[in-house]
Amino acid sequence: MIRPPRLLLLLAAVVALLVVLVPPAGANEQHPTLAEIENEVYCPICHEPLAASSSPIAQRMRAFIRQRIGVGQTKSQIEDALVREFGEGVLAAPPKRGFNLLAWLLPLFGLGFATVIVFVLARGWLRSRAEPAATDPASNGRAPLDPEIERRLDEELARFDG
Amino acid sequence: MRRGKVLLQAAAVAVVALLLALLGWQVAQKNSGADLASQIKAGKGPTAPALVLKRLDGDGSVSLASLRGKAVVVNFWASWCGPCKDEAHRLEAAWQRFRSRGVVFLGVDAQDFSSDARTFVGRYGVTYPIVHDGPGSTLGHWGVTGFPETFFVDRRGRLVAKVTGPVKDGELEQNLALALQAT
Repeated sequence: MIRPPRLLLLLAAVVALLVVLVPPAGANEQHPTLAEIENEVYCPICHEPLAASSSPIAQRMRAFIRQRIGVGQTKSQIEDALVREFGEGVLAAPPKRGFNLLAWLLPLFGLGFATVIVFVLARGWLRSRAEPAATDPASNGRAPLDPEIERRLDEELARFDG
Repeated sequence: MRRGKVLLQAAAVAVVALLLALLGWQVAQKNSGADLASQIKAGKGPTAPALVLKRLDGDGSVSLASLRGKAVVVNFWASWCGPCKDEAHRLEAAWQRFRSRGVVFLGVDAQDFSSDARTFVGRYGVTYPIVHDGPGSTLGHWGVTGFPETFFVDRRGRLVAKVTGPVKDGELEQNLALALQAT
């Protein structure tokens, strides 16, 4: 049987993979607009999204995208054409295939790894807090006192009783 | 339990160290030509970075190393760059004048649409070899920060001069003389 924490981790991993691998619902693959592609493509010389750039090459790229939209190309076809001209660095996000898939999956693995570390540390911390109370019935659920403070307290109590 | 915790922490530190090392390596690779200009200016004659790119006309590739023994003018340009248009005729005229003296001109069209570059070459009547570097992957190695920039390589593959911006006639002749006289 799968224990609840493992089941939760498994579910989280599946959801994260779906988020990464399934394109967003709003993306218009068959009939893209200039604005959509402008936000997914970088200006190669100014290193900012095409939408924010007014450099000569950015203007030329816009004209190229408009022309390709005009002849009915899909978003993937247009972006592939830009990658053939300028390399994969022209894409705002690395493509979800081959070696570039690592860029999408590594942060998720990092997140999972961090979750495991926090879980292990938190469990150890909770155990270390619970253990003294469980092993010393005289402590009555309270944390043990420092021996020096305990000795002074005993002396004070003895003086008070005396 | 304790051993497992130590192993987990060691693995986390190793992953972070690996990522930092990758980042450092990437930055160093991209900017490897950052001090090339100062070395040229100081007359140190640094070795020209490697350059192997496909020809714009699609007819194979050109390697700078294969031109060893000749003085080479390497001109970085793009069709969308205004000053590149200003110097195009001057470079072509110089190529025609110097080609019989063991000089090779090599144009590097970078961060540009190859179709635009071909139109440019036709419009300005450029006849010397042009290679295409769409992603601009050579720019960092050569320390190129804008267009046009022109480098003068001597017969032994050392950089003897660099001009930032459009070259003037006097500069071309003076720097070519430097490249040709170096032994």
